[in-house]
Amino acid sequence: MHHVPLSWYLILSAILFALGIAGFIYRKNIITVFMSIELMLNAVNLSFVAFAYQLRQVDGQIYAFFVMVVAAAEAAVGLAIILTVFKNRKTLQIDEIDSMKL
Amino acid sequence: MIGNYVPHGVEYIRILPEILLCIFGILIMVLEAVTAEGQKRMLGVLALVGIVVAFAANLYAYTVPGQAFQNVITIDAFATFFRGLVLVVGLLCVFASLGYLRRQHAESGEYYSLILFSLIGQCILSTANELIMVFIGLEISSIATYVLAGYFRDDRRNNEAALKYFLLGSFATAFLLYGIAWCYGLTGSTNLNEIHRVISDPGLRPPVVLTGIAAALILIGLLFKVSAAPFQIWAPDVYQGAASPVTAFLSAGPKAAAFAVLLRIFMTGFGSFSFRWAPLLWSIALLTMIIGNFAALTQSNVKRLMAYSSIAHAGYILVAITADSQLGIAAVMFYLAAYALMNIGAFVVIGHVAAKNERYVRIEDLAGLAKRQPATAALFALFVFSLIGVPLTGGFFAKFYVFRAALEAHLVWLTVLGLATSAVAAFYYLKIVVAMYMKEPGESMADLAPLSSGTRVAVWAAALGTLILGIFPSVLLPFLSYSASMLGRQ
Repeated sequence: MHHVPLSWYLILSAILFALGIAGFIYRKNIITVFMSIELMLNAVNLSFVAFAYQLRQVDGQIYAFFVMVVAAAEAAVGLAIILTVFKNRKTLQIDEIDSMKL
Repeated sequence: MIGNYVPHGVEYIRILPEILLCIFGILIMVLEAVTAEGQKRMLGVLALVGIVVAFAANLYAYTVPGQAFQNVITIDAFATFFRGLVLVVGLLCVFASLGYLRRQHAESGEYYSLILFSLIGQCILSTANELIMVFIGLEISSIATYVLAGYFRDDRRNNEAALKYFLLGSFATAFLLYGIAWCYGLTGSTNLNEIHRVISDPGLRPPVVLTGIAAALILIGLLFKVSAAPFQIWAPDVYQGAASPVTAFLSAGPKAAAFAVLLRIFMTGFGSFSFRWAPLLWSIALLTMIIGNFAALTQSNVKRLMAYSSIAHAGYILVAITADSQLGIAAVMFYLAAYALMNIGAFVVIGHVAAKNERYVRIEDLAGLAKRQPATAALFALFVFSLIGVPLTGGFFAKFYVFRAALEAHLVWLTVLGLATSAVAAFYYLKIVVAMYMKEPGESMADLAPLSSGTRVAVWAAALGTLILGIFPSVLLPFLSYSASMLGRQ
């Protein structure tokens, strides 16, 4: 039986994390930016689970649950904030939300 | 490792402040539903009671110091100080909010319970001894403050502040979390004492480069939270857009808690790494002081000016952290206490002058305040002088201890450049004083209401604290040096 080596998981996780950063910086739609953050969190979860498997500990898998719960709470608040922004401005383009520039 | 673990009664006493805040926060949310429109103020009073009770519990918890719940939290002098500090910040901000929210006709229970929930997160951060606990505490604190920043949901500036705070805050948290994951993978534990044991043991030590990357990711996450350069971009927009008492809260509470956790992680967990991150911290501290102070020079909005000023103050605090000594830790603690008082005081006065819907937030709008309300103007001037670092105010000793710690650590250039930037700071701070005392009152003064009772308590308490720290710094110092000595020793 073949095992996928730990490093593959970690590289995949790093790639996903980097994609999340790129999405956060280059995407213009607020929802997509928010999704990029979720992608980063899930990349972290993948690392946690892979490390937990490698270390033969259950802790890392529990941490992944913690992260999911917190991400869900964050999504609830975040989507509510995005909704109020949309109601007041009728746009989801991040560049147009700049009423406080100098 | 988790096994059949049963916590002792004394461990609950150690987290009693968090438990009490939680009970009061939920109680306020429940009572909100059954409280008549005119009675919402009582919920604020209940929040005050909750914070005072939690403060007492914090002192009580210090009578049984030690670790709790499988060592995920530590109660020592350091934790007790920061827990006390964030509770004082919460108390002052609730006092200020009582008057402010009534003026805006926006009193509600959820505002006060959100403050309490945020305080729970900050208390957890102050006591955390384990990285997952740090993450949970940070998120409890942050999620509540995201909502607070956007509390006036029909106000476009509030919306924008909440959105930016939320997006950049979560972005930063992801970095912190990725660092935690790597730390866990490399050392097999998220407990700071355990991490310290593993990375300082030559036999067990994981690869230095990877450990460095993990530590750097955690550092990035925390530097975001304390608005240090180059991660400070969110602060001006958020501080300008959020309601003034909320800004006061954001600029003091979460920042103090984030610095507490930064010290705890890097002194306890990565203590043996300090020589590696010193040059990095050196440049970040300098950059933060320069960006904060120079950007503040050109601001016309007084809230935005104060935002840049608080970035600069984060820079001074980082100078003390760079010193990496017990003196430096004590200086950080003193600075955060003085900074919290003077900054909250200043923001409360700004919120008072800004009037309904925060219409008057330019520096010119402060013109003539000394003629209309001499006492308010004098107190604001006191806060401004303290922010500059004039003797007899808390800000003076705060800067003094920071730069003395830096000098003792032979950071001569950092001290010289830091003092130079703080001289620049005097220019923009004095613009505020000049406007208040030497300009004729304008339209903003016609709308000026008398100081409400809650606001008055907040401003006077902050002023009193600033003066006490400025005249008798020795009330805090022995405790601070003791706390600092506890932090290094494991």
